[in-house]
Amino acid sequence: MSARADILERIASALRDHPAVEPVPRAYRSAGTLDRAALVEQLVDRLVDYKANVFVVAAADAPAQLATLLAGVSSYVVPHGLDEGLLAAVDGPVREVDSPERRLDVAGLDAVDAVVTGAAVAVSETGTIMLDGSDDQGRRIISLVPDRHICLLRASDIVQILPEAIARLDATRPQTWISGPSATSDIELERVEGVHGPRTLDVLILT
Amino acid sequence: MSGTFLGMPTLPVFGHGNLNATEPFPTAARSELANPQLRANLGHATHTIRDKRLRVVAELPDWEELRDAGSAIKENVMANLPALLEQFEANFTARGGVIHWARDAGEANAIVTDLIRATGETEVVKVKSMATQEIGLNEHLEEQGIAAFETDLAELIVQLDHDKPSHILVPAIHKNRSQVREIFLREMPVVDPELTDEPAKLAEAARKHLRAKFLSAKVAVSGANFGLADSGTLAVVESEGNGRMCLTLPETLITVMGIEKLLPSWADLEVFMQLLPRSSTGERMNPYTSVWTGVTPGDGPQNVHLVLLDNGRSAALADEMGRSALHCIRCSACMNVCPVYERTGGHAYGSTYPGPIGAILSPLLTGIKSEENNSLPYASSLCGACYDACPVKINIPEILVHLRAEDVDSKRSATKVPTQMDLMMKGASWAFSSGRNLGLLEKGLPLGKLAAGKKRKITKLPGIVAGWTQSRDIPAPPSQSFRQWWAKEHQEANHDGGTSTNPAATKGDA
Amino acid sequence: MRIALFATCIVDAMYPRTAQATVAILERLGHTVVFPAGQACCGQMHVNSGYFKEALPVVANHVRAFDTEDYDVAVAPSGSCVASVKHQHGMVAKRCGEDALAARAAVVGAKTYELSQLLVDVLGVTDAAAQLGSHFPHTVTYHPSCHGMRLLKLGDRQLDLLKTVGGIEVRELPEADQCCGFGGTFSMKNADVSTAMLEDKTANICGTGASLCSGGDASCLMHIGGGLSRQGSAVGTLHFAEILAATLENPAHIAGDVQLAGRK
Repeated sequence: MSARADILERIASALRDHPAVEPVPRAYRSAGTLDRAALVEQLVDRLVDYKANVFVVAAADAPAQLATLLAGVSSYVVPHGLDEGLLAAVDGPVREVDSPERRLDVAGLDAVDAVVTGAAVAVSETGTIMLDGSDDQGRRIISLVPDRHICLLRASDIVQILPEAIARLDATRPQTWISGPSATSDIELERVEGVHGPRTLDVLILT
Repeated sequence: MSGTFLGMPTLPVFGHGNLNATEPFPTAARSELANPQLRANLGHATHTIRDKRLRVVAELPDWEELRDAGSAIKENVMANLPALLEQFEANFTARGGVIHWARDAGEANAIVTDLIRATGETEVVKVKSMATQEIGLNEHLEEQGIAAFETDLAELIVQLDHDKPSHILVPAIHKNRSQVREIFLREMPVVDPELTDEPAKLAEAARKHLRAKFLSAKVAVSGANFGLADSGTLAVVESEGNGRMCLTLPETLITVMGIEKLLPSWADLEVFMQLLPRSSTGERMNPYTSVWTGVTPGDGPQNVHLVLLDNGRSAALADEMGRSALHCIRCSACMNVCPVYERTGGHAYGSTYPGPIGAILSPLLTGIKSEENNSLPYASSLCGACYDACPVKINIPEILVHLRAEDVDSKRSATKVPTQMDLMMKGASWAFSSGRNLGLLEKGLPLGKLAAGKKRKITKLPGIVAGWTQSRDIPAPPSQSFRQWWAKEHQEANHDGGTSTNPAATKGDA
Repeated sequence: MRIALFATCIVDAMYPRTAQATVAILERLGHTVVFPAGQACCGQMHVNSGYFKEALPVVANHVRAFDTEDYDVAVAPSGSCVASVKHQHGMVAKRCGEDALAARAAVVGAKTYELSQLLVDVLGVTDAAAQLGSHFPHTVTYHPSCHGMRLLKLGDRQLDLLKTVGGIEVRELPEADQCCGFGGTFSMKNADVSTAMLEDKTANICGTGASLCSGGDASCLMHIGGGLSRQGSAVGTLHFAEILAATLENPAHIAGDVQLAGRK
């Protein structure tokens, strides 16, 4: 008998008492109550708590803000679907574009200073930004290897609680949920930021 | 009746691997208790995390509703496990992943070894995974000439120190910062000799130590926190980014997951990803969660495998009273609040799974008779703090008591010489099964008082009761029991089944 | 109200004053107390040690003693024993195949209250000095026992009652919610861990500067008191029922090195 058949039969045998199960009570919150301004405020509070740098700017001012953030870097990478207009004011650093036609390799990504991506949705209550590999967010590797992640988030993509975000996401897309820069609590259970993932997380919330 | 047709009940098949207490818990606990540094480290760490957890749990207005949902979802998973496994398999496979089934630790280790061999590599990077610790994968790979590098900071500390994990979330919880610094200075091939014991500096040292490994790794081995049956999706929850590195950069990804880790649907993640981070690290959300479904062309590993592990889980499932232990999402909240764990640490439990959940899960997976695992269910004062903290409401104290009964019953036989405990329980059963019997015994109370003597306390008793008098006195018994006092007050002799009431105000406390 | 007293085995044999105090409090409130004489023990020592077979006759005896008696509610001065009556008796009976006993146990369990539960929830006692005449001019700290706190969800009932006793000074116990390390046979089987827990508990108690530690479970108090006695501490233990029963005219006797014993 194959291991598969064997295991499935063991389980069936274990369940021969046909355990009765109740329907799942879903009395927890399924939607938030905050308005747009309060969502932004809560998200900022949470991200700052995680030691992320947060900038709330009008969409029209995003290019200037990005230019300021990227002023000190020598190179950065963007996914091919990121709106070029956002980068119009960035002058100086070398821009690498990761696309299906030209995929950057690990060494190439390790050599750039920063990555700029969009985001799919964010949860204000937990301070979590979700990337789902859409064209403005790119492959998982590009937002991982560079040491600084600059993430652009439309205020209209902020929800309050996790169930609202889950409803917006497609399970089968590769996802990365990000709540602050990389961190560890492995030494005496005290949180410190900056381990293997990007050590700097800049979030631009576009209102 | 004795046929072996499909569908006939089969005997539970227990698991193997790093699941055993190798010495009785009280013996192991005694040596751990003798280490004051360990107790100080554990006390500090568990108190820190307790406070954090309480703070973030109190923030959610619907925490109890989330627990109720989490518990019910897991109950549904267990009841429908065969169908959910098949659904998961179909979806994962349809998206380009390959599923392997492993009956036990040995089979899982062999599967992973063969998959690594097929890539031609002799090194793998690893994300912290309870399942691979349970099966002893690293030790097995080493025997096979394959080096496995742990990349989680705490796992790295433990691996560099040639030690064993002592906590499921923070395997190096028993080490403090200066001990970690000392290990890094001693074991890292390239390390700044000026390294201080600041946690941030230690984390940076780990980053430098592992960076080149991540960037060149061709094969990664991971566990998984959740598998979603309706989409064939896997999720790994982490903090440092080592998980992302392992799950994204290599060409080949081999994940080992217990069969109980499934959730029916993607939407169920909305419950568990609220419960898990707050219960484990006491954070609103962990820094990183990675989600993948089979292979995504051009993004991440293109050679994706999943080993579905039984290793005693089906046996645990067959135990109607104990099966809810499989609801565990490995958050570690129970050990962080456990007064026993806080004082002994994880090593005393022997198994990969320490603390209250380990005290039930280990014997459920291996059977109560395996090595010294029958001592684990007694490693609890039944204070109930674990049940209160458990995000999926596993009634750990009730299962502990159930497993104690399994242990007692497994030793009952006509030929066996009864233990002191057996005799004590039999005697007490007689004494306590009628008011008359207890009343008879209570006539001996003045003898106890006499034995206590002038100091009015008993300070040394023999046998198993010596455990009590090693640190506690027993007060001298009173000269008469309440029952005797009541009877005198009421002048009624009927001691068994009769009733008496107290007509006047009691004069007993004068 | 006609109230059946379940004294519990340890109080009956070792701490009769706790049961006497319980009777005194209830009678002071004008209620009739009955003592079902067939009672012995709740059986939790057997259950919690895994000796279900030996627990069964103990459970059966308790159910028999309390379902043949005529009363409105039953009360015990112990959170742990009440939790056993409410939560364990049915389970043990069912596991031993005694479904009829399990059903009777459920009826008894539903009518059984822990003392502070009965006083606060049923009898409406909120001010011990005013309603019971309680007077206890001593400095006291309080340990909430685990089973009362977690299985019966007693909350602050016992502590709140203590705070309303005349003349008392109640000092907060740090880490009060931590188990004292008793745990029945745990204290013998895992004596070293139990002792380590006890030492932290007694250190916290002594740190409050109180002269007494009160609580609602005689077994935990015996454990804590036994530890304090062995450590040579002058701090004693006393069940909260005895503090509530104490009055100006009839003060509780708290002298002696092990507070609850041998005073009659």
